[in-house]
Amino acid sequence: MKGFTYHEPNSIGDAVNLLNDNGARASLIAGGTDLVIKMKQGKSEPEHVISLQSIPGINEIKYSGEELRIGSMVTHRAIEQSKIIRDKFSLLADAVDNLGSVQVRNLATIGGNICNGAPSADTVGPLMALDAVLLFEGPEGERSIPITEFFHGPGKTAQAANEILKEIVIHDLPPGSCSRYIKYTRRKAMDLPLLGIALVLVSDGAEDVCKEARIGLTLAAPTPIRATKTEEYVAGKPLRSSAMWDEAGNIAVNESSPRTSFRTTSAYRKKIIQALLPRAAFEAIRRLSEQQRKG
Amino acid sequence: MIQVKISFQLNGDAVTAEVPDHTTLLEMLREEFELLGVKEGCGHGECGSCTVLVDQKSVNSCLMLAAYVNGRTVQTIEGLAGAQGRLDPLQEAFVKHGAVQCGFCTPGMIMSAKALLAENPNPSRDEIRWGMAGNLCRCTGYVKIVDAVESVCKGGCSCGEGS
Repeated sequence: MKGFTYHEPNSIGDAVNLLNDNGARASLIAGGTDLVIKMKQGKSEPEHVISLQSIPGINEIKYSGEELRIGSMVTHRAIEQSKIIRDKFSLLADAVDNLGSVQVRNLATIGGNICNGAPSADTVGPLMALDAVLLFEGPEGERSIPITEFFHGPGKTAQAANEILKEIVIHDLPPGSCSRYIKYTRRKAMDLPLLGIALVLVSDGAEDVCKEARIGLTLAAPTPIRATKTEEYVAGKPLRSSAMWDEAGNIAVNESSPRTSFRTTSAYRKKIIQALLPRAAFEAIRRLSEQQRKG
Repeated sequence: MIQVKISFQLNGDAVTAEVPDHTTLLEMLREEFELLGVKEGCGHGECGSCTVLVDQKSVNSCLMLAAYVNGRTVQTIEGLAGAQGRLDPLQEAFVKHGAVQCGFCTPGMIMSAKALLAENPNPSRDEIRWGMAGNLCRCTGYVKIVDAVESVCKGGCSCGEGS
């Protein structure tokens, strides 16, 4: 690894100033599980490394009853062990349950997972389906960006070079909501997804109609996407109809444009979307039934 | 060369080191403190042989800058044994169950198991396998490793067959 100067500012303002002063010569380090590897491989050679670990207030999970706020330095392990996330935003717990190893989850942060812009990032599909808003701090103050507008291409995001992600804000889901994230992998653990499907469904309890569907897909296009045509189709349809979900799978395939990569082909990714969307929906619905049984 | 000064608790002792800024925790532990039980396998956070505990949490020391542990607590396999070199129950269990072949992965395996049992004193075999998914062993089929961890029950006693 090439030498650099290490900084550990104690406030977000100091961190922004350091970043602003050093421009492209600086890298932020959160958990380090991606950056340290890139520096070892010589793919990233910053002259200044700015650690966010001593900045107060950005490593907490807060829930007000109306919104969930996750600090950018919250680790995947802390999300995994958060009762409120498992109970109310279960698709986000699904995303971290099988992300790397315990050792990696103890270090890696949700902010790093988002800002790297990796198409395979596990938390991103769920955050897309949750309509999360990203809160940045820059030289001109705060800026918020909906996560659905954040990704511009593999490794390319709307984050300015002198901005730091502080918080991820998620509005509470309406009553009758259920969710699921499925990561399709070749091995059970320690693998990146071939495809990710995240889904939030809102049921009209009495009629068993799907009032609203929000579907986030990762690796289904060059950037994470929302399957908006599929969402429109599903809204107002019977929630538990497998014929309906099969058709939704077809629509989702049609609005996807997956890449062929060394992991798998575009054609196979389309097959996964078709099979996985109904599966994810019925697993979400099963969670809803369990909630309703518990009352 | 730019040096960073790091003060932390290492296996129960307050220590200080001055190392170049880009030193990893793994390099500092092995080269400054000669704790050679911390192994470098892949160097990319895949194999887990460099696992140590930082503030009681298992981490890949190859992925961390040494500066990260300033003010924190670090435990390595060398800090596990008690007075007069009395082995930790997990270490005893690995010996008893023959959960070691070449031994290169063993310190990382034991540190991961230590963190797992601290959070979940009575894990199922599935929970053990899942909790230790970040530790690779290329010699064994993992069965004896899981046997060893399973035999160490709540309270730190070894409760395998016959004991």
